[in-house]
Amino acid sequence: MKELRLMKGNEAFAEACIRAGADGYFGYPITPQSEVMEYLMAQKTHERTGMVTLQAESEIAAINMVYGGAGCGKRVLTSSSSPGISLKQEGISYIAGAELPCLILNVVRGGPGLGTIQPSQSDYFQSTKGGGHGDYKLIVLAPASVQEMADFAGLGFELAFKYRNPVLILSDGAIGQMMEKVLLDVQKPRFTMEEIRKNTPWATIGKTPDRDHNIITSLDLESIKMEQHNHELQKKYRAIEENEVRYEKFSCEDAEYAFVAYGTSARICQKSIELARAEGIKVGLLRPITLFPFPKKAIKEMTSKVKGILCVEMSAGQMIEDVQLAVEGRVKVEHFGRYGGIVHSPSEIVEALKKQIIGG
Amino acid sequence: MAEFKTNPEIVQPENVVYKRTELLTPKDLSYCPGCGHGTAHRIIMEVIEEMGIQSETIAVAPVGCSVLAYEFMNVDIQQASHGRAPAVATAIKRLFPDKFVFTYQGDGDLAAIGTAETIHACNRGENITIFFINNGIYGMTGGQMAPTTLPGMKSSTSPYGRDVATMGNPLKMTELVATLPGTLYVTRQAVHTPSAVRKAKRAVRKAFENQKLNKGLSFVEIVSNCNSGWKMTPLQSNEWMVDNMFPFYPIGDIKVNDDK
Ligand SMILES: Cc1ncc(C[n+]2csc(CCOP(=O)(O)OP(=O)(O)O)c2C)c(N)n1
Ligand code: SF4
Ligand SMILES: [Mg+2]
Repeated sequence: MKELRLMKGNEAFAEACIRAGADGYFGYPITPQSEVMEYLMAQKTHERTGMVTLQAESEIAAINMVYGGAGCGKRVLTSSSSPGISLKQEGISYIAGAELPCLILNVVRGGPGLGTIQPSQSDYFQSTKGGGHGDYKLIVLAPASVQEMADFAGLGFELAFKYRNPVLILSDGAIGQMMEKVLLDVQKPRFTMEEIRKNTPWATIGKTPDRDHNIITSLDLESIKMEQHNHELQKKYRAIEENEVRYEKFSCEDAEYAFVAYGTSARICQKSIELARAEGIKVGLLRPITLFPFPKKAIKEMTSKVKGILCVEMSAGQMIEDVQLAVEGRVKVEHFGRYGGIVHSPSEIVEALKKQIIGG
Repeated sequence: MAEFKTNPEIVQPENVVYKRTELLTPKDLSYCPGCGHGTAHRIIMEVIEEMGIQSETIAVAPVGCSVLAYEFMNVDIQQASHGRAPAVATAIKRLFPDKFVFTYQGDGDLAAIGTAETIHACNRGENITIFFINNGIYGMTGGQMAPTTLPGMKSSTSPYGRDVATMGNPLKMTELVATLPGTLYVTRQAVHTPSAVRKAKRAVRKAFENQKLNKGLSFVEIVSNCNSGWKMTPLQSNEWMVDNMFPFYPIGDIKVNDDK
């Protein structure tokens, strides 16, 4: 049976991972996401489901442990926050290159550098445009509630295995730390050896006489083969763009203006819509749920109805570039950002809408 | 006078005294002729064959000349990023405690960029085997100075010889990990003569057998040559290794478990 609990976003994510049948978690402490590993350790995951929870010596070690586990066809994950995610980038690039499934949670804090431990959305570029070296894409999910922190654990593993691709959950310090009620899924069994053998025949689980040895690598010294591999990757990313776009619209039916915002910013925009509509301003919200693939089509379609779009981000303006590309100059697109750990207030967003879009 | 057999006779099954292990793929090794990597590969694969554990073994290749170990070692194998093989192997072993898991790493990979992963895998007592091929140089990238390069030794980034005052002293990683309670068996071997190969192979066997005990990490250093990087003939490089590497990196067991 599903279970209703009051939990922090980070804890809900950890609990949902256990219930999604995760086999291994590898991480290194960093605020504001340390509750993920703390929760898993407190749960004695090894006794509860057989899941391994290991505190690594660094984020670099942790992501390479994920590589090792993913290469064995297991459901494995790591979590961190911005500086730690930066350290993981080489490993993430290897995982993408070797086409391994895994889950990575980034509970974003303000930067650059050590920055602040307060929430931010300033890792959008890093998450959606590559982050590490080479031409690769992550599937990026952006939760806006504790419920989605839980739901995206299961969804993330599903997509990761469907496409043999790392999935990044781009959260932030607010969603990670806040408590809300959350409906948790029932416990899913972990993969059996037979399932691994059948569903991930490429996995390194010991060479048997019926097949060649399995190799997990991202290397090919022959450029012509490497180009072919890159073609295949790009084909996969196009398929992901075709099939996996997710977004949500609020109050868009009669909207003359629109916010585009994800995660915490989208939550705040919902309140701004109430305030604006009380003043007679017809504004709606498009909330991208997948940041890659980005809901380009839905945003483009919106331009036939609205006169202007305000991108609300806890950053100096990152997602706005994708919105501008989707809009192709059809309507005015402006950015309103608070950053460095500051979260917008609903009323200042309404003021920005008036000043930058309606009045401007 | 002894009777010599002709070539067709030698390959008759009843006359075969030695053959390449099936656990090495038929591919040509990519190593320079005379390089120790090939022999190190061979004895590891022979031990896996003799123990009958091919289907139970998962290997991790490094970044270095042996990055292509996965082309030659006929076991399931992952290629790790530079220095991170012990972290990769840690996860594999934790997820499959009954499998035999080993890493194969050079000195740059293990003792420079991967120092943290090496020390912490050893310190956690991961029940894996680490093979450490110490040739005192970065072979793969064209002969730069390694953490294990000897004092005064020339490399492309220490062209006047390693100056310990500015470049530090060589790192004795094997002695270092022997001090950690997580290591069960720590040894230093070589593969430059038939008798050294036999001894090294015994060490490899012990290191794998140890994984059945579940009592900690087995660490096998193989002091090796890099004739290309050292700019010597294979023969000269082996002589130079005996005269210069062995005094600094003495061959023999450093920490032995007596369970076996
Ligand atoms: C992150 C990263 N840094 C640097 C390199 C370049 N690189 C490749 S192999 C290598 C040195 C390998 O030397 P060693 O581990 O001693 O192996 P050998 O080739 O001598 O067997 C370096 C620096 C890399 N591939 N990745
Ligand atoms: S460069 Fe050195 S280590 Fe690499 S294959 Fe040649 S001899 Fe061996
Ligand atoms: Mg070397």
